Amino acid sequence: MVRTLLVRGLLLGLLAGLVAGVFAFAVGEPRIDDAIALEKAAAVHEHGAAAEPGSATHGHETGTPEQRAGTHGKESGTHEHGDEVGRGTQKAGLFLATGLYGLAVGGVFSLAFAGLRGRVGPRSDAALALATAGTAFAAVIVVPFLKYPANPPAVGDPETINTRTLLYLAMIGVGLLSTAIAVTTVRGVRGGPWARWPAAVLAFVVPVAVASLLLPAVDEVPDGFPATLLWQFRITSLGTQLVFWASFGTLFGWFCDRAARAPAPA
Amino acid sequence: MSTLSARHIPLSHLVPWLLAVPALLLLGYLVLMDNGAVSQTGGYLHELMHDGRHLLGVPCH
Repeated sequence: MVRTLLVRGLLLGLLAGLVAGVFAFAVGEPRIDDAIALEKAAAVHEHGAAAEPGSATHGHETGTPEQRAGTHGKESGTHEHGDEVGRGTQKAGLFLATGLYGLAVGGVFSLAFAGLRGRVGPRSDAALALATAGTAFAAVIVVPFLKYPANPPAVGDPETINTRTLLYLAMIGVGLLSTAIAVTTVRGVRGGPWARWPAAVLAFVVPVAVASLLLPAVDEVPDGFPATLLWQFRITSLGTQLVFWASFGTLFGWFCDRAARAPAPA
Repeated sequence: MSTLSARHIPLSHLVPWLLAVPALLLLGYLVLMDNGAVSQTGGYLHELMHDGRHLLGVPCH
C-alpha cells in the first residue's frame, strides 16, 4: 500500500513538475530575459564597458562590485560559480529543475498522505489528496512567499544568499507548524463548524503573523528596477507553484479515485 | 473525523518507507539550494537549475 502510494507520488509529481515547467517556460522565461537585459544594461552603465556576450552566461553579473569589476571584459569571466551554462541550456534546465522538484515533492507528499490517511482529514482519498495539496501550498509556498517573495535575476545581493535561504526555510517551518496547530485546534474545539473553523483560521494566521513581524525584512531591490516587472515576475513565480500543486493534487486525487473504483485495489 | 479509521496504514508499515525521505529531501536541496557545497560540481548544478530556482520562488542570486 505504502509502496503503491510512493510510486504514484513520484510519477505524478514528476508529471506535475513538467506541467509547471511548461507554464514557467511560457510565462516566466520572458520575465527572466527582461530582468537579465536590465541587469546587463546596469552593469554596462556602471563600468562603462560592454559585457562580453560569451561571458555573461550565468545570465546576471554576480559577486561584489569588486569581483564584477575584476571579471568584466574578460573572455571567460571567472564567475564566483565557476562553470558556464548558456541561456539556452538554462531554459532546458528549467524543465529538469521543475521535474526533479516535482519528483522530490511528490515522494514526500505521498508518504505524508500515507500517514494522514484515516487519521486526519477527509475520509475519501480523493478529497484528502486535494485537501492535503491545498494545505501544503498554503503552508509551504504562500506563507514564505508573503514574507520573502520570489525575485527575478538582478534582484538580490549574492552575499546574503545563505541568510536569505535560512530565513526562507524558517518561514516554511512556521507554515508547517501553524498548520499543525490549526489541525490540533480544529480537532480539539467543541461546538459546531461556526466555532471550529474560525478557531482553526486564527490558530493558523496568528503564528504566521507573529513570525512575519519578528523575522527580519529582506529588501534588496535595486533603485530603478521596474515595479511592473517585479510584480509580474512574482505573480508568475507564485503561478508556477500554483500550477504545480493544483496539477499534482488533482492527478493524485484522480488516481486515488480510479484505484478505489477498480475491482482489486492496486 | 477524530477517531482512528480502519483505513489508516499501521505505522509499522509506514516506517521503513520513511527512509526514502532523506534521499528525497537531498534531491530537493540539490535542485533548489545547493551552491556547490554538497554536489561538488562547482556552480554547475546551480547554473543549470537557475531559471527553475527563480521561478519556483526560492532565494537565488
